Amino acid sequence: MNRLTGIRRFAGVLVGGALLLLSTGVISETAVTKGSKAAGLDSCVAPTAVMRRNHMDFLKHDRNMTVRKGIRDTQYSLAECVGCHAEKDNAGAYKPVNAEGQFCSSCHSYVAVNLSCFQCHRKTPEVKSGSGTAMKSDGPFQPESLGLLQSPDQPVLLNRDELARLHATVKGD
Amino acid sequence: MSCNSDQPDMNRREFLGKSVLAATATVVAPGVMLTVANASEEGASSAVRWGMLIDTNKCADGCTACVDACNKENGIDLMQRPAGQADEMWNAQRPQWVRKVKLRDKQTGEISNLPMMCQHCEHPPCVDVCPTGASFKRADGIVMVDRHTCIGCRYCMMACPYKARSFIHQDVAEQLTGTPRGKGCVESCNLCVGRIDAGNSTTACQDACNKDGHQAILFGDLKNPESAIAKALKAESSHQIRADLELNTGVRYTNI
Ligand code: SF4
Ligand code: SF4
Repeated sequence: MNRLTGIRRFAGVLVGGALLLLSTGVISETAVTKGSKAAGLDSCVAPTAVMRRNHMDFLKHDRNMTVRKGIRDTQYSLAECVGCHAEKDNAGAYKPVNAEGQFCSSCHSYVAVNLSCFQCHRKTPEVKSGSGTAMKSDGPFQPESLGLLQSPDQPVLLNRDELARLHATVKGD
Repeated sequence: MSCNSDQPDMNRREFLGKSVLAATATVVAPGVMLTVANASEEGASSAVRWGMLIDTNKCADGCTACVDACNKENGIDLMQRPAGQADEMWNAQRPQWVRKVKLRDKQTGEISNLPMMCQHCEHPPCVDVCPTGASFKRADGIVMVDRHTCIGCRYCMMACPYKARSFIHQDVAEQLTGTPRGKGCVESCNLCVGRIDAGNSTTACQDACNKDGHQAILFGDLKNPESAIAKALKAESSHQIRADLELNTGVRYTNI
């Protein structure tokens, strides 16, 4: 029984692989979009076939290195995917990599795999200078506009006891 | 014996932690994905502990330079209010990593101002309670949320004595590359971890405070006796807020 499912699975993988080969051949040689930085490069950070098969594992592995250990010079990073694969439109603005027909979404929607990275991650390379969004400022700062910020006119009222609790109480003192 | 027995016994906890670690290491090892070593392996080091010293006397009444700078640095200002949401709801729910707190002593009328952010506890309650391990402390003492594993239960928000954490209630249209953000995760001050990892020695709030001429915020390595912050801590008496909780905070205050 076990053996049978094993063989079946193996056959499935073969058929799936053949289909994938076939389909990529039929649709196009590459998913890299024309107006992106990647279009001008020889290869990705690893051979294309390796990236196609393993990019999700690489990203997961290196995200843990970065977030947990603070190692930032990893070989694989989502920010770099976005940096290389975002295509510029005619006006010179970047298109989100998860927009329809763009690098990430074209494959992911073809294989019907949900692409959830960009619920949190930025979808376009950051434009540092000029009207860059990173330094966006919308007028003078309004203290009241911030949640939970205590209004300057209504300071917190504390009695001596509460204030003492704010101060250090060294154990055994 | 300890005089307040309701406090966690840290020695026991350390022992338990170590034995759990030792036990899992052997189990996990065979499943670890083998990739070519692709990075320097130089990340956060336990030889340093990042912290802050805030001089409450120098923190100016009505100034919000640090809050402003934090909002820009971490893309909080990019968030849009959901259509039709009332002011009150929006103000209560938008993330805030650092807030200005103003205190008045009822007896003397003395007013003090201080910026309040995640205190980067050595024994962080937010890490203790997190069911997924998403809330964690880096080797260098920075406490943060790994959004990949945060399930948004908000237990950590309840556990934090400093109200330091925020929950993202809505879909976020635009983020900075260095600060991912999305609906359903908790976040808090990470001591500008991206800047620090890039080799910078100041945080955005400190820069902003200095720029405005107040110099109330000093960031640095608590473990390095030669650092400005270690020297300042040695020279004058400072306080942990809610020191009675014995969390050994990395953020300390003078003149409160
Ligand atoms: S201040 Fe709150 S969020 Fe920060 S480490 Fe302590 S418990 Fe966690
Ligand atoms: S909200 Fe996220 S970080 Fe906080 S306790 Fe729950 S899973 Fe952990």
